[in-house]
Amino acid sequence: MNVKALIFTCLFPVAAFAQGFAGLGTDAEGFSVPIPDKEFSFPDDHGPHPDYRIEWWYLTANLADSEGKSYGLQWTLFRSALEPVERAGWQSPQVWFAHAAVTTPDTHFATERFARGGIGQAGVEADPFHAWIDEWHLKGPDFDTLHMQAYGPDFGYDMQLQSKGPLVFHGSRGFSVKSSSGQSSYYYSQPFYKISGTLHLPTGPKKVTGDAWLDREWSSQPLAENQLGWDWFSLSFDDGAKLMGFQLREKSNSSYTSATWIGPEGKTETFPDGRFTVIPIETSRINGREVPTSWRVKLPEKDIDVTVSAMNNNAWMDLTISYWEGPVSVTGNKSGRGYLEMTGYE
Amino acid sequence: MSRCGTKLLVKLNSVNKSFPSGDTPQRVLRGVNLELGAGETVALTGESGSGKSTLLHIAAGLETADAGEVLIEGRDLSLLTDSQRAALRRGTIGVVFQQFNLVPSLSVAANIAFQARLSGREDKEYFNYLAEELGLIDQLEKYPETLSGGQQQRVAIARTLAAKPKIVFADEPTGNLDEATATVVLDQLIALAEESEAGLMVVTHSANNAARMKRRFHLAGGVLT
Amino acid sequence: MNRKFSTILQALLSHWQRKPLQLVTFIGGLALATALWSGVQAVNSEARKSYDAAAATLGEGQFDQLVPRVGNTIPLVTYIKLRRNGWLVSPVIEGQLNGIRIVGVDALTSPGELPDLQLSDNTPLQDFLGKGTIYANQETALALNISVPVQISSNVAPGIAITDISVAQDILAREDLTRLMVANTHSLNREELAVIAPDLRLQPSQQSADLGELTESFHLNLTAFGLLSFAVGIFIVHSTIGLAFEQRRATLRTLRALGVSLISLIIAVIFEIFTLAIFGATIGILLGYFVAAALLPDVASTLSSLYGAHVAGTLQLRAEWWLSGYAMALFGTVVAITGKLWQIASMPILVSAQPRAWAMTVGRGRTLQAIIALLLISGALALLGFGKGLVAGFAMLGCLLLGAALALPTIIEKCLGFVQGHVRGVISQWFLADTRQQIPGLSLALMALLLAIAANIGVSTMVSSFRQTFVEFLDQRLAPELFVRIEDLGKSAAVEAALTANADEVLLLYSRKASVRGIPVEIDGIRVGKTYRDNWRLLAAEEKVWDRLATGEVIIANEQFARRAGYWVGDIVSFAGKDLLLGGVAGDYGNPLGQIILGEKLYRELYPDDRAFRFGARTTDQEALKMAVQAQTGLPDSAFTNQADIKSFSLQVFERTFAVTAALNVLTLVVAGFAMFTSLLTLADLRVPQLAPVWALGLSRRELGKLEVLRTLVFAAVVCVLALPLGLALAWILLSVINVEAFGWRLPMFLFPADYAQLLAYALLAAFLAALWPAIRLARIAPNTLLKVFAHER
Repeated sequence: MNVKALIFTCLFPVAAFAQGFAGLGTDAEGFSVPIPDKEFSFPDDHGPHPDYRIEWWYLTANLADSEGKSYGLQWTLFRSALEPVERAGWQSPQVWFAHAAVTTPDTHFATERFARGGIGQAGVEADPFHAWIDEWHLKGPDFDTLHMQAYGPDFGYDMQLQSKGPLVFHGSRGFSVKSSSGQSSYYYSQPFYKISGTLHLPTGPKKVTGDAWLDREWSSQPLAENQLGWDWFSLSFDDGAKLMGFQLREKSNSSYTSATWIGPEGKTETFPDGRFTVIPIETSRINGREVPTSWRVKLPEKDIDVTVSAMNNNAWMDLTISYWEGPVSVTGNKSGRGYLEMTGYE
Repeated sequence: MSRCGTKLLVKLNSVNKSFPSGDTPQRVLRGVNLELGAGETVALTGESGSGKSTLLHIAAGLETADAGEVLIEGRDLSLLTDSQRAALRRGTIGVVFQQFNLVPSLSVAANIAFQARLSGREDKEYFNYLAEELGLIDQLEKYPETLSGGQQQRVAIARTLAAKPKIVFADEPTGNLDEATATVVLDQLIALAEESEAGLMVVTHSANNAARMKRRFHLAGGVLT
Repeated sequence: MNRKFSTILQALLSHWQRKPLQLVTFIGGLALATALWSGVQAVNSEARKSYDAAAATLGEGQFDQLVPRVGNTIPLVTYIKLRRNGWLVSPVIEGQLNGIRIVGVDALTSPGELPDLQLSDNTPLQDFLGKGTIYANQETALALNISVPVQISSNVAPGIAITDISVAQDILAREDLTRLMVANTHSLNREELAVIAPDLRLQPSQQSADLGELTESFHLNLTAFGLLSFAVGIFIVHSTIGLAFEQRRATLRTLRALGVSLISLIIAVIFEIFTLAIFGATIGILLGYFVAAALLPDVASTLSSLYGAHVAGTLQLRAEWWLSGYAMALFGTVVAITGKLWQIASMPILVSAQPRAWAMTVGRGRTLQAIIALLLISGALALLGFGKGLVAGFAMLGCLLLGAALALPTIIEKCLGFVQGHVRGVISQWFLADTRQQIPGLSLALMALLLAIAANIGVSTMVSSFRQTFVEFLDQRLAPELFVRIEDLGKSAAVEAALTANADEVLLLYSRKASVRGIPVEIDGIRVGKTYRDNWRLLAAEEKVWDRLATGEVIIANEQFARRAGYWVGDIVSFAGKDLLLGGVAGDYGNPLGQIILGEKLYRELYPDDRAFRFGARTTDQEALKMAVQAQTGLPDSAFTNQADIKSFSLQVFERTFAVTAALNVLTLVVAGFAMFTSLLTLADLRVPQLAPVWALGLSRRELGKLEVLRTLVFAAVVCVLALPLGLALAWILLSVINVEAFGWRLPMFLFPADYAQLLAYALLAAFLAALWPAIRLARIAPNTLLKVFAHER
């Protein structure tokens, strides 16, 4: 087996990864663990937390060109620690990797990068904000005004972001519980970015504009043993309201759900397990797997009963670790668009 | 039963033989005594399975006796090695069996000449004479499998006689033949044996055939009478 | 399964119960045939892996590299700057420790595959990243002698230890990098190298195409060997099953006479034979695996206890071996059983139950067989004359082998018939006649023996020719122990001077690209010296070609150019405004390009501005020479290649395959010998009626036994005599037809009479051993058994 593949079976035992991005490592020994009622401190908390096992800066965007054609975009930087410290040089136990993707109605492009911490090839600095790996970056004078780029062998993008609303905290003031046995993470978002720039596609450059959503999350705790994978929804409705909801699928055919309702001005309401429900209503065969590509999503407290459908069913991230991630459209008693991420469909 | 005046070729003294058969061995020969001199003809008769073939085999050195002596020209067979006994078969003895006497890979001519050449007594004229006498002239180039049973037996007889053995053992030589042919073949065997002063021992179940021999023995219950 | 069916089956199986030896030989024959096949498969795939390891090690090859223009180090900041500007490069640090080359890599960015380090799924990642484990083969591990844990991995080239870059830096007490590997894919947004890292230069991958193509060619030939072993296997399976039927003719007849319907009998027979075939094949596949595992020096397992290191086994029992092993056994079974079922179907119920051995002499079938053989051999010749392409090459091979096998019985028959007509002794005549009669019963076993010996001769010739060519080629091309390549042509004279002062002999090379007759060629200028005269083999050459090359009187071209342009020695080649006499053609295995070689004098005359930029140096101490040259010229490490190491590693990899092939040859003979043995054992019973009359007429059983051994040796000898030319033809087709079709160049064929003599001696020994037991049984047969032939009551 080659080294790179090994790194991932070791770092992210396949099952653990499939259980969702929080399940990295089998114990929290030596690593810090999220606790409720944390006082977030910015801009420092936009930067890395090397004493936690796993962390990410996760940006998705729904875009359209001047002719109204839709696109989706993903830029993600992951940090994963072998030890809860950072050391300078090649001895660094911090491993960075990144995924970038562009989804058009008929094609899905995805690529990845890897780097070790400690040598400057990848990292995140809080002030001024700068997250990078190789020539990819997400940077600006502050967290509200960012420039973003990423390139693969056959695609790339170059984007400008400007936030139009406040940060949003999930769960209990940013303490997000992932299972009934208490696994948790710190989780906040900036869902109010306006985005514009150029997609570089094999067919040529394409000017686009749209909305972007940035998630920040870090943790050290694996998911509960009985959790198989997760389905994560970030939806922006046409009336300006937004919904973040996820379900963690469990072996006994049950699931653990959580949701945050975000008003047009950024006022949030959070919903504990069971209020937010999702049911797959259509699956597609993608890379040899049956993956749901259309969902019935309900949140009765907010009178939400909508169908969420993939813009391009084939948004499979066929990388060292593979999962489904792509833009979706929302129809039903509210309409809108958003992003869907599904893991654990092996 | 010793007779003077003729050379003693075969002498069996108190020969015993039994075959394994179930728990108790079947005793086929019980103290059999027998002598055969040069120029003599002897018939052995008996029921099917009475052991007459076995007696013939033992006398010819093809099988060994459990007890008793078998002497061929005064030599005790039990003292001979396997290859010495083989040499004896090659030079002194001729055997004609009931069937399948012939070497399948050799032609009739080669079969007839085989033993004579083995014993170094090849005689072209005698060969022709025998072939003529036994009506095989037209069959010489054929192979045994294409011959009828009677023809095969005549080839076997020709082969035995061509080697000019001192003793001829014949086990039902005409058993496969029809009455008329059998008579002819047996006549020839007797005539040719007498001609060459050989001793002839024939196993037969036919009283007719036995009557043609100078002496006759009957084997029953392992005892020769 | 209903009651009736199981009763029939029981009756069939009871035969084996009474004759367990026959069952053992039946299963054994199938198992050995399958074992041969799966063993060859195993060795093939293992060989492929070895080459890949060699390629990965030799061919720093695979990827372009960034190396410093001056000095030997690349600072970390340069690496980071490159990455931050879209260069997908991966750092490498190299240095010497205790005479071992330590190679530090970064697994996270490494392009493509590193050599397969045989890591297991549960190797802790920390062991590779950061904390440090070193991977090396056993010898290197012993020599390394350091405190860092060493993991044995037989895929790492000798003299090299691979580890994480942090560990390497630690061991070597350095913080810089030596070179950067460049991935084959690029980011869309990559800056110019001259802008970001002007101190580095891009060194294109030196895909040692020659080596690659040589090994590919070798593989093709090994695959052909695999197919041959398949054919031998089919023959043996066929023969084994044929015998199983022959042995049970009586049982089958009795069952039919007892009123068993034809269809039930056939179904029962099919069921029984296929069950046994699958059983035998399973044993065979496992056996083949173990044979292969035993043959291959599985360094890892023996050393794992020594170092307490767990190493994954190199040999895996692959699904395709199972499938192809079963396919072969079942295909052989189907072929064999079809004819036999027909026999059952058409067998009169009341025919003699005794196997009628002499009915086999009937020649109808043989005539037809001889005609087919003739057609096949004519087909092979026609393909040789008119065939084109690889498929035709393989078809020719198939026609020739099958034709020869089918012709064998007739040829043996005619030979023996001829001899029989010329011998006098009565026993000799009978012996020959009887031997001829055995041909039908033994023909399948003899065909298998023929194919086995021919395959052995062919493969030995192929492998040995290959080795000879390969070694010569390495001697020729990698003769200079140290190779120097410079970028800065201004340094040419200084490097030449430094090398001349320190090396035993200096070979310098001028080179430029050109097009001659529309064919792209590399025009090389060389200084004729001892190494060229000693090591270069020319396919064809004029008198005193090297002297005349030095004076500029003649030029030399490689085979590729000569063939493509239609020139040969003695022709005039026009280029650069001159008419030059082609004085020699050099074999250049695998190089896709044309090449024209000029003497230094002529080259400088034609291209006065060119400077030599490649140098070969003969020396006994590469390191010392390198250091001396570096001291005088300041050349970076990347300018030097230690060719002696490359050469010794390449040879080692090939030797391993050669050793295994030799062992497989022995296995093939064992299998063929076993087929012979089972045939003889079966025939032994059928032989009794044929031998009994001869015994009664005065041949002792001992003599008969000896003659039986002699008979088998006669057969084997005739087969050997025929196998020799067949094997050589086979080798010739592999080297001169198939290889040419596949790669466009011909591998020279060498003859190895001593090897053949040894092989034939083995074949005779195998035949002798095969005949021994049946002969001993015959020598000890009870007279009573022989006498029963003549009695009525049988």
